[in-house]
Amino acid sequence: MSRFISLVRKEFNHIFRDRRTLLILFGIPIMQILIFGYVVNSDFKNIGIAVLDQSVDAHTQKILNKIFSSGYFNFSGNIQNAQGISDQFKTGKVKAVLVFESEFGKKLDNGQLANIQIITDASDPNVANTTVGYVSGIIRSYQGELAGQTVVQLIVEPQYRMVFNENLISAYMFVPGTMALILMLISALLTSISVTREKELGTLEVILVSPLRPAQIIIGKVAPYVLLAFINGLVILLLGYFIFNLPISGSLVLLLAELLLYITLSLSLGILISTIAKSQQIAMFMSLFVLMLPTVLLSGFIFPIENMPLILQWISAILPPRWFIIILKDIMLKGNGLAYVWNETLILLGMTLIFLFAAIRKFSIRLQV
Amino acid sequence: MTAESKLGCRANYFWSMNSPIVECRSISKKYGEIPALVNFDIDISAGEVFGMIGPDGAGKTTLFRILSTLILPDSGRAMVLGHDVVKDYRYIRKSIGFMPGRFSLYQDLTVEENLKFYASVFGVKIRDNYHLIKDIYSPLEPFRSRRAGKLSGGMKQKLALSCALIHKPMLLILDEPTTGVDAVSRKEFWDHLGTLQTDGMTILVSTPYMDEAQRCGRLAMVQKGHLLDIGKPDEIRSRFNGTLFQLTSSDRYQALLICRNSKQISSVHAFGQTLHLTLADGVQTEFVENLLIDQGIVEVVIHEIPPSIEDCFMQYLT
Repeated sequence: MSRFISLVRKEFNHIFRDRRTLLILFGIPIMQILIFGYVVNSDFKNIGIAVLDQSVDAHTQKILNKIFSSGYFNFSGNIQNAQGISDQFKTGKVKAVLVFESEFGKKLDNGQLANIQIITDASDPNVANTTVGYVSGIIRSYQGELAGQTVVQLIVEPQYRMVFNENLISAYMFVPGTMALILMLISALLTSISVTREKELGTLEVILVSPLRPAQIIIGKVAPYVLLAFINGLVILLLGYFIFNLPISGSLVLLLAELLLYITLSLSLGILISTIAKSQQIAMFMSLFVLMLPTVLLSGFIFPIENMPLILQWISAILPPRWFIIILKDIMLKGNGLAYVWNETLILLGMTLIFLFAAIRKFSIRLQV
Repeated sequence: MTAESKLGCRANYFWSMNSPIVECRSISKKYGEIPALVNFDIDISAGEVFGMIGPDGAGKTTLFRILSTLILPDSGRAMVLGHDVVKDYRYIRKSIGFMPGRFSLYQDLTVEENLKFYASVFGVKIRDNYHLIKDIYSPLEPFRSRRAGKLSGGMKQKLALSCALIHKPMLLILDEPTTGVDAVSRKEFWDHLGTLQTDGMTILVSTPYMDEAQRCGRLAMVQKGHLLDIGKPDEIRSRFNGTLFQLTSSDRYQALLICRNSKQISSVHAFGQTLHLTLADGVQTEFVENLLIDQGIVEVVIHEIPPSIEDCFMQYLT
């Protein structure tokens, strides 16, 4: 036991005396979560709309008022004629132009068909689509108000509600994803580097010629990082909770337990990488590029897994972050208990055992020359 | 009882203080196509300071790594402390002290932290074996809270030796411990090894410095994986073939070229500021003197000297 404690103490010394390790451990996660939370933002607001109003009556004014008081759109000025439309788009600040036909209000009052044209800049298809949707919605609701006074035109009116993230806040999506990504990278990167560093410096040679067993060496390596990565996970949760108002609807204890499991899994993966990699550089390359790209692209963090080709869906299934993201969202957003995430939990647990077992088996009792 | 465990028992039974501490039987090891050791045999007895000398690539490090159970031989059998290096590696790892060729302690840990770490890895207390390292470690005591990476070369080696000794090993394997260390520290280091030997420790040490070879009890000269000669330093020197002369002159380089071209001079080597040479049968030193003076070289002094280990080594190479 004292052997183990001194291994752990030694490892802590390595970590706290190396500014680079500390920076990777605590600087990068905080930076990443803030960047992903703030910059990579798909929230829909402040879209510039210009208006070509050829009618200028009470109805167009009311519609415009409703649109610009919605919070989604900014008024970017009036256009006098049709030629001005393309000029407005060229500035890049205007994403959409609303065109009211002449005598719009009169037609509406007479029960005739009144036309509004919504022209959008589709160089950003998402914004264009959403703008059309939102503006149509506002116009429909205005129509609804009018209908109360006059003729009923609509027969079917869909009522929709988006549950678990009613306002479609992107932080709800990005914080769990980033957390899964960062913890995986940091844990795998740091452990794989710390083992390969001993290979490079030759200290592993001396450690091997000692009574220490591979399992002892590995667990001694991993233990300090479990603690530090756990603290890291807590910091990310706190950032998510206080800065991005991410709810923690489910059990906090369950959430922390899952966090611990995921960290152990990532660390085991790091050790496994270090048994393959011969130098710190290779270890870093494997951890960063081999893990990061698939995690970002295939874990469901950014792109929905359901839309992927079947073969990519299979690859996605062997990525631990995929399951962890599901668990995080279930617990944090839906407030689900273990009954709903035991499947994913078992998958993570199985992966941990496989990685750890493989790492201990592959950890050579001899020097590789 | 299986055949294998019977064999293990027998090995244990026969091993006593009189049995060799290290026993190598036709050990071979290749790295790819390059042979590092070829049918290598040595025996080392208890209480010996056994030296291995040879240039880089001679196979010293390979042999030490095989004996330390770090790598496996391709063929042959090696026993350390009566245990097979392949099968009983766990026993050997507990019982030997190993100091690899380059400085392999934790540079970001302090002197004291390194020592404590290695003590705890072997499950011993520093104070229990402090007497073993007292002479070596005490000069480091004032620097105990300095990072190991910030020590001078000589101090690093002292710390590494202390760490290799702290669990009171039965065999100490030191791979070029004095390479890159200043002359004073080298002498001190060998003095420490002498003290350890007096305490009964068996030491296997390699060095590229021929002057250190004289301090070994026995010596193996190796080159390209082959054993050239083995024995006490004086025995090896007595096996020198012919009479050795030392020559000083006004122009060492010219003299060397002239001697090389002469059929009457069977070997010549630069040795510090002088030349060492042996003569063909029946050739007198006056012949060499005249040869050099004829070519305009002055201050020629030539006299017989006893051969050193290096001379013996050079003779094997030519």
